[in-house]
Amino acid sequence: MSYITSYAHIKNNQVSVNGTIVFASDKTASLSEFLSAAYKFLGISYPKFHKMDAQCKLGFLCTEFALKDSDFLISNDLSKIGIILSNSASSLETDRQHQLSISDKSNYFPSPAVFVYTLPNIVIGEIAIRHKITGENAFFVSEKLDAELLDNYTRILMNAATEAVIEGWTEVDRSHYEAFIFLVETQENRNKSSIFKPLKQSNILELYNQTTWTH
Amino acid sequence: MDALIEKLKTQIIEQLNLAEVKPEDIQPDAPLFGEGLGLDSIDALELIVLLEKHYGIKIEDPKDGKTIFQSIRTMAEYIKAQGKA
Amino acid sequence: MISAIGNNVHEAFQSLSNSQTGIGKINHLTTRYKDEFLAGEIKLSNKDLADLVKDNNPDLNRNSYIAMLAAKEAVIHSGIDTKDGMRTGVISSTTVAGMGKTELYYKELFEKDDHLGVLDTHDCGDSTERIADYIGNVDYVTTISTACSSAANAVMLGCRMIKHGLLDRAVVGGVDALSKFTFNGFNTLMILDREWCKPFDENRKGLNLGEAAGFLVIEGENALNKRGGKALAEVIGYANANDAYHQTASSPEGYGATLAIQQALQMSGLTPSQIDYINMHGTGTPNNDQSEGMATKAVFGNQVPKFSSTKAFTGHTLAAAASIEAIISVLSLQNNMIFPNLNFTTPIAELNLIPETKLLLTPVNTILSNSFGFGGNCSSLIFKKA
Repeated sequence: MSYITSYAHIKNNQVSVNGTIVFASDKTASLSEFLSAAYKFLGISYPKFHKMDAQCKLGFLCTEFALKDSDFLISNDLSKIGIILSNSASSLETDRQHQLSISDKSNYFPSPAVFVYTLPNIVIGEIAIRHKITGENAFFVSEKLDAELLDNYTRILMNAATEAVIEGWTEVDRSHYEAFIFLVETQENRNKSSIFKPLKQSNILELYNQTTWTH
Repeated sequence: MDALIEKLKTQIIEQLNLAEVKPEDIQPDAPLFGEGLGLDSIDALELIVLLEKHYGIKIEDPKDGKTIFQSIRTMAEYIKAQGKA
Repeated sequence: MISAIGNNVHEAFQSLSNSQTGIGKINHLTTRYKDEFLAGEIKLSNKDLADLVKDNNPDLNRNSYIAMLAAKEAVIHSGIDTKDGMRTGVISSTTVAGMGKTELYYKELFEKDDHLGVLDTHDCGDSTERIADYIGNVDYVTTISTACSSAANAVMLGCRMIKHGLLDRAVVGGVDALSKFTFNGFNTLMILDREWCKPFDENRKGLNLGEAAGFLVIEGENALNKRGGKALAEVIGYANANDAYHQTASSPEGYGATLAIQQALQMSGLTPSQIDYINMHGTGTPNNDQSEGMATKAVFGNQVPKFSSTKAFTGHTLAAAASIEAIISVLSLQNNMIFPNLNFTTPIAELNLIPETKLLLTPVNTILSNSFGFGGNCSSLIFKKA
């Protein structure tokens, strides 16, 4: 049996962990300012963060928040942790940046650092690099958070060699952004997690819809 | 030469998104790759773009970067040698 | 399958068995790099493709045309009837999606609304849905986007959904057409070769981009028997792992690749010595071939099976790569042929790995196929003769 043992949700310039808002910045702050502030709040030292594009920063931070007070990385074999992420806009936000950089013949300086992020699954790479996670990973593109897909796919993975999964949704598209990351583990590895919800579609959706955002 | 070195430091910090680094943190002779600033292969490519964008120098073979980008000083010397300082 | 080496599987087989590369000058894509780089371009214009698909919707793009054509070829070839009541899924993958069209009208879109329709066909899921509509009676669709390993992951997901009773069969694969976006991007990473690529050669300089769409129909044994179908090959092992090293470069020792190959072998129940042939990812970049070579030696030691990269035939077709290489693997199994690693002269000094450089007629019963994508996404598939 698999369980959701922690989750984090980032939206509206607020970060919630397991349903409680833990960080918020000014509503008027830009996404970039908010992400920098959230990074500082976390107090980690990871200079590579600043090179990431918005989607990677968002997914990376949301994962860090979900992992923060959990034993997830210690209780599970890093080579057996899977990462499954999804969104609807793929890497569109960064695609636009790259496209702009190649559109003007008179100011033609495409950036390799930008191009590197024109794939949605690079965020998985960033999380894997950070924690040296070498398990299975996949990125799906769907219209909205597909709890059925995530639930089924997690079960498929856990039925094979995977023992734990970091999964969810990381989306940045113009002014709209949202990240929802939840951790899934087995009964054996659940140590001091603060929530313990059986993995199923309805629970994924319940947690996704649960946070009371302040407006 | 010193002015060029200082200018390069600011340009590099900006081009490579080294948000936690200040110009005074970068020693002119410290290695840019490996230890020192710990830049990676993508950063090396960005430095190639920087040379073209700000100094009009085009590098065709990424392997040439190894010698040119050893330190800020070697970069500055290269730019000067190309007559583009 | 539609690619630089042919507009269908039969034509591709002709090219492969004649050592005839599809890489050459760029004819259809408008790009500043037209005269600078070679590419594995499909030898049909967008108009030709539209005529073949028989759809003059102006918002369809090259990606959707080739996806629909290849998927339909696979379905017809398999003999399945999507109206027979069994559950059919479409699992596709792409990285370029509608970019080829959107980039043409990008600046204009800020000023006028004439081409707003391209926004509808831009996203990754669009070509998957069009495939589903084109085939008809599809119960499930999803789109994977994990760079160059995408289609391998689509094959894996198809197999797993069948294994777990969620589907009876799946049309799986990937598609990526050439675009200015990818040319410019890969060029800034300085991993393109201005000449014909040389996979696994000491003097290799980079990859040639290619475009293709490749689809396979995967069925569960029960479903296959129920309708009296015949298998072309069997998927007996697969695995995916993350290299956890760099966003776009592979670790020098090929760590993620080693994990993927080992775990695929474990699943298949085969020992390394039981693999007859490896279809390598072999893009021709200094980094990949070195890394993949190291992983191969780590798993196979001194008993490396016969191997080749077929990317000097097709170019690197990104999201489609794993699916066209799966098809090439099936052709290999069916015909007991190993297709050559073209344009090879000197082995990589520290590895001394020598690929098959000529067409080889020899019994082939098991094949390992590797596909490694940006983001550290490493996938390996193992096929067995039916």
